[in-house]
Amino acid sequence: MEQSELNTAASNEYLTFVLGREEYGIDILKVQEIRGYEAPTTIANAPAFIKGVINLRGVIVPIIDMRIKFNLGEPSYDQFTVVIILNIADRVVGMVVDGVSDVIQLSADNLRPAPDFSSTLDTRYIVGLGTIDQRMIIVVDIEKLMTSHDMALVEEAAAA
Amino acid sequence: MAIDMSQFYQVFFDEAKEHLDNMESLLLALDVNNPSLDDLNAIFRAAHSIKGGSGTFGFTDMTEVTHVLETLLDRLRKEELHLTSEMVDAFLAAGDVLRTQLEHHQGGPEADATAIADVCARLGVLASGEAPAADAAQADISADAIASAGGQAYRVECPLSPEIAGNPQSIDNLIAGLGELGTIQVEHRPSPADPRLVAIIATDRNAEGLRDTLDFYASGDDIAIHPVGAAQAGQDEDPGYGFFVEIPGHAGPASASAETEGFGFFDDAPGAPVEPAKPAVIEDEGFGLFVDAPGTAHVASASPIPGAVKPAAAPAATKSAAPGKPAPSTPGGGASTAESSIRVAVEKVDQLINLVGELVITQAMLAQSTQHLEGAEAERILAGIDLLSRNTRDLQESVMSIRMLPMSMVFSRFPRVVRDLAGKLGKQVELKTSGENTELDKGLIERIADPLTHLVRNSLDHGIETPDKRLAAGKPAKGTISLKASHQGGNIIIEVVDDGAGLNRDRILDKARERGLAVHDGMSDQEVWQLIFAPGFSTAEVVTDVSGRGVGMDVVKRNIEEMGGRVELHSATGHGTRTVISLPLTLAILDGMSVGVGGETYIVPLTLVVESLQPNAEDIKTIAGEGRVVSIRGEYLPLIPLGAVFNLDSALDNPTQGIVMVVEVENGKAALFVDELLGQHQVVIKSLESNYRKVQGVSGATIMGDGRVALILDIAAVARMGLQINRNKYGQAPIGLAA
Repeated sequence: MEQSELNTAASNEYLTFVLGREEYGIDILKVQEIRGYEAPTTIANAPAFIKGVINLRGVIVPIIDMRIKFNLGEPSYDQFTVVIILNIADRVVGMVVDGVSDVIQLSADNLRPAPDFSSTLDTRYIVGLGTIDQRMIIVVDIEKLMTSHDMALVEEAAAA
Repeated sequence: MAIDMSQFYQVFFDEAKEHLDNMESLLLALDVNNPSLDDLNAIFRAAHSIKGGSGTFGFTDMTEVTHVLETLLDRLRKEELHLTSEMVDAFLAAGDVLRTQLEHHQGGPEADATAIADVCARLGVLASGEAPAADAAQADISADAIASAGGQAYRVECPLSPEIAGNPQSIDNLIAGLGELGTIQVEHRPSPADPRLVAIIATDRNAEGLRDTLDFYASGDDIAIHPVGAAQAGQDEDPGYGFFVEIPGHAGPASASAETEGFGFFDDAPGAPVEPAKPAVIEDEGFGLFVDAPGTAHVASASPIPGAVKPAAAPAATKSAAPGKPAPSTPGGGASTAESSIRVAVEKVDQLINLVGELVITQAMLAQSTQHLEGAEAERILAGIDLLSRNTRDLQESVMSIRMLPMSMVFSRFPRVVRDLAGKLGKQVELKTSGENTELDKGLIERIADPLTHLVRNSLDHGIETPDKRLAAGKPAKGTISLKASHQGGNIIIEVVDDGAGLNRDRILDKARERGLAVHDGMSDQEVWQLIFAPGFSTAEVVTDVSGRGVGMDVVKRNIEEMGGRVELHSATGHGTRTVISLPLTLAILDGMSVGVGGETYIVPLTLVVESLQPNAEDIKTIAGEGRVVSIRGEYLPLIPLGAVFNLDSALDNPTQGIVMVVEVENGKAALFVDELLGQHQVVIKSLESNYRKVQGVSGATIMGDGRVALILDIAAVARMGLQINRNKYGQAPIGLAA
């Protein structure tokens, strides 16, 4: 995990996306591609935010809806719904978001630490809060988040 | 001879290294007081292969060392000498020397010449110990002459071309040329009337060297070179590029002619009945590109020599034995066999399999999207797609077969395991194997070895009784353990059978009670045997270092289930135990039935499906109000509603509207209730775990013709989940699976 933090600090280009009325940023090097939403095959007895799996050119990729995970209203799926395919910890994972907005540059000094309060997104996963044109960007350590225990994406043993 | 050998160097290096490793591990495992002939033969073959290879590639320094090594080994395996630990040490030292030489040829530092000489001397001294003088009766050349030439005597017979035979000068040149190789004694000087040259040559060259020289004077095919005299000791000097069948028990002058250098595949003495596919020793030689397992098919395809394996129609046999008929000359023979197999990295094969898997999916997608087309053009397209699907299937099968290995890869380790263990336990056991040629996916071969070893050890330790007990029970003192492999449908069946004491029902039940397992006396035998698979279960009275600690059968079962297989136990007290493992042919492809439940598609492995039917309302019964069972031809099977197991709200709830699939689960059957049957497919198994995690009730995923993902059901787990639902919901004892 230290390694990924170093990487995040070194590469200061972020892909920003919108969830509800919030804007998030993730390390652009973790992004493999961005594609439209297609209905995945549901996985039985999985948490609600795990929408299922899709066939990405022969690779079985799980799809997570961040809007459900972060409790950001009732998610809708239409032709504008976007899936960010992430490449993290040697795995490929798809993340449903409301929209992708921009690629921004933020240096480490521009990041303010997130205040420590309880929320669905543990501050452990927040690298910091950045500001671009009056907008607040929540910069997330996506690798740490996706491999975390509460995302239930990886086996317990691997997550521990 | 114009082949650039350097392109094969790497193959030789890899191969030689493998042989050295193999030799070393065999040597280390060797029981000095009681060496197994198999092992000695294996060590000999390893040394022999290195010698042959190094000779071919011109690494003469290695040839020299292996030659001495081989001489000693050969005497050992013929039981002319007894193995001493000193010899083992010398062998190991020689192995080290060969390793340094090998490294030198690969660009490493020069090998230490004194070490080489030292090892050779050591081996030479050991080899000459208590040796009966080599019997050189057949040749006029004395053993001394042979020894001084440092090698071997050959009887050379070759018809010379007429120009040479008619020219005394040329004949003199030839004889002088041969004389330079060692000592020559001419038996028949060629003349225009009879252009044969017959001579005995004692030389330190091998037969190949002689052949090279003679090649200038006669066509290679007609040259016959037979080792004579010291043949007893050195009869395996053949750097054969092919197979050399050695029928055990032949010796003496009469068969000297059969000791032909094996560039091909030779029969024994003329007219002798030959066992076609039972080579006692296959001198797997040359580039190490042979599949180790002897197999008739392989032999047949690899030997371009006419009249080779045929059970000796007299003329053919005479032809091949007397004038040393066949043998395409050196380079040709070597190259053709070399090309019969290649070494390829497993990753490359796997990549190929993956790509073909993609192709299968694409083809299915094409087939699906074109099936609604109509008209004359569509017909052409559909015909093309039909062809494509056939080709794809063939391609897939061929590609899959690359990964297939014979079961002998696993079985071959057992003779030793059984021998050692039987010795340790003071039991007499004979191991029989059959079906070694049954092929199984490489991945499965690797993973089946441990469970099988466990079962064999179990049979030996718990199954087979001590000789006196066996005699008392009216059985032969020698117990038998059989390992059998066979195909059955899409599965491989591996059986471990012993004729030992069998399982003791009462003792298992007692032990189970001790351990607090839920048992009762009314359990069927099949259920009782299943208790053995419970974790930590052991009925051994004494914990030995062989078994009895109870870490075993549960692991065996788990390993096999992880491979998608099943284990069954059959036992009769006093008569023995039979363990049957059934495994899928491959891990990569599965024959599946696709079913629809609540709008989702799932794949059920076809091998588990017994039948599918739509039940009548009166066949659905409940137990204690809710737990449902289906009565199918008098059997009550627990009903497992897949929709409920997977929490699919839109699934049907009334079995009479859907379909009930009778599936085989652990020691019984269950009725899986689904909405509809969709079709039968061959699906490429994809891991769900590479990007996600294990999902209960699902063994993997696949991509359907329309590009969507379908999950492959783990029926055993689904059945357990279904029973669990019943239990949780109604707080009652689960409905046992119908046996």
